[in-house]
Amino acid sequence: MAETPLLEFKGINTYYGDLHVLKDVDYTIGKGEIISLLGGNACGKSTTMKTIMGVVRAARGTVTYEGQEINGLATSERVRRGIAPVLEARRLFPRMTVYENLEMGAYTQPRGAQFEEDIERVYSLFPRVKERRNQLSGTLSGGEQQMVAIGRALMARPKLICMDEPSMGLSPLFVELVFDTIQTINRQGVSIFMVEQNANMALSIAHRGYVLQSGVVVLSGTAQELRENEMIKQAYLGEMEIEPT
Amino acid sequence: MTAGDLFLQQAINGLSLGAMYSLLALGFTLVYGIMELINFSHFNVFMVGAMIAMLTLQAFGLHGQETILTGLPLIGVLLVAFIVAMTVCGFIGVAIERFLLRPLRSVKGPAAMITTIGVSYILFNVVLLTIGTDSKNFPNPLPPITWEIGGAVLRLREILIWVIALVLMGGLTYFVTYTKLGKAMRATAQDPEAARMMGVEVDQVVMSAFFLGSALAGASGMIFGLYYNLAKVDIGFASGLRAFTAAVLGGIGNVPGAMLGGVLIGLIESASGQLVGTAWSDVVIFGILVLVLVFRPAGLLGRLAPNKS
Repeated sequence: MAETPLLEFKGINTYYGDLHVLKDVDYTIGKGEIISLLGGNACGKSTTMKTIMGVVRAARGTVTYEGQEINGLATSERVRRGIAPVLEARRLFPRMTVYENLEMGAYTQPRGAQFEEDIERVYSLFPRVKERRNQLSGTLSGGEQQMVAIGRALMARPKLICMDEPSMGLSPLFVELVFDTIQTINRQGVSIFMVEQNANMALSIAHRGYVLQSGVVVLSGTAQELRENEMIKQAYLGEMEIEPT
Repeated sequence: MTAGDLFLQQAINGLSLGAMYSLLALGFTLVYGIMELINFSHFNVFMVGAMIAMLTLQAFGLHGQETILTGLPLIGVLLVAFIVAMTVCGFIGVAIERFLLRPLRSVKGPAAMITTIGVSYILFNVVLLTIGTDSKNFPNPLPPITWEIGGAVLRLREILIWVIALVLMGGLTYFVTYTKLGKAMRATAQDPEAARMMGVEVDQVVMSAFFLGSALAGASGMIFGLYYNLAKVDIGFASGLRAFTAAVLGGIGNVPGAMLGGVLIGLIESASGQLVGTAWSDVVIFGILVLVLVFRPAGLLGRLAPNKS
């Protein structure tokens, strides 16, 4: 690859106490890509997210961002440099207003004209968020909360958004909206790294994907290749059910 | 005095006590809200605050109640004493956090809480050995101005305590509601990991909570001195325990809850002192606490913590 990837994992090993979670994991996230990470429960997907954000540190291996090694970099500095999270189950600050949640998203950014511009961008992407801006975020529906969570990530002026289960617990209508929005954001030049149970949906918008099993990358390729892979069909696509929410 | 006058008088006294407990309760609630730590060193940071305020007033040549100041000198001296007590206590709180509690941050279990008990005893003994164990006469330069409301007496001292408490609580409310750091504190209290992933630096937030809480304890210590005209090495335990009770009563971790809880404890203390005698006031205070916790375990304004997954 001629261009430096935006984010790269090389030989990453992560532990929780004695538990070896990620085992020699390699990922590459190129500029402008949507990458989908597939895998069952407790396979290391959330640990991957936390390792990217610097909340969990890799014991061995290197994490490179924009060509620089960032293993020892504090989470706040990673956010400042453009890595923003959309956390599993939204994780908004429930007793803060929608507006305040968006402000928290811009925590590492200077306040001023740029902030106003960014918040207008979020409002135009999600008019519903604008309507709800003075409401406590804990009073919003799951779908509305997900919009705020994505908007909050955008407020950090990210180059890379890491999403943990963005469709979890949402009605089919909102799942559609969330995936459309992810594509819109991606077209504006933001790379997306997405952990997602809904493999069907994820692979329909992703450029490439990785399959993680018990902390090991067992398969990787373009979304097309993964969709046609027999193992993926059986393990992830075949069992697709949209659970009632 | 009629029954109504007595009631009014006890309400006036109770509000002053309540102001003192509220300011002290805020320190427990700020630290608990962010770290889920019960900071027992807060008891004696309060006592140190009373001592520092006393020493500052003495440095102005004030001893006991014989010297009366008015006008600008009065305001200036009181202001300086409050600021010195609050600043010194604030930095004591920051030092406790930075050097003794931060190394234990990742240690699970009661280690940090036990450390705060240890620090409390260290502060107690340092004051015991330097200032002494006897009750000190706390300088009070306020002129003896009083107003009669029916049969009840309202002193200038009361007005001063209320104004100071309102200004400080208003300032704190403004800080946590509108400033960037205040919002980061609320966010951290609600979801520390998510706050961290927004770019909030947890160390900065924890240090701010300790500074603010301890500074308010310093102000509370000075109010104790002005209210009782004394300062003594063992005042931290009784007042601290009541303030902690106030924080739990209002809902620990909840800022308005601590203010409300403090005022209620102050009013209950003075009312029960009147109705059943001061010897029984602790029984009444803690009895009410137990009842509230049985029927509203999260406190009056608190919410039960949601299960974190």
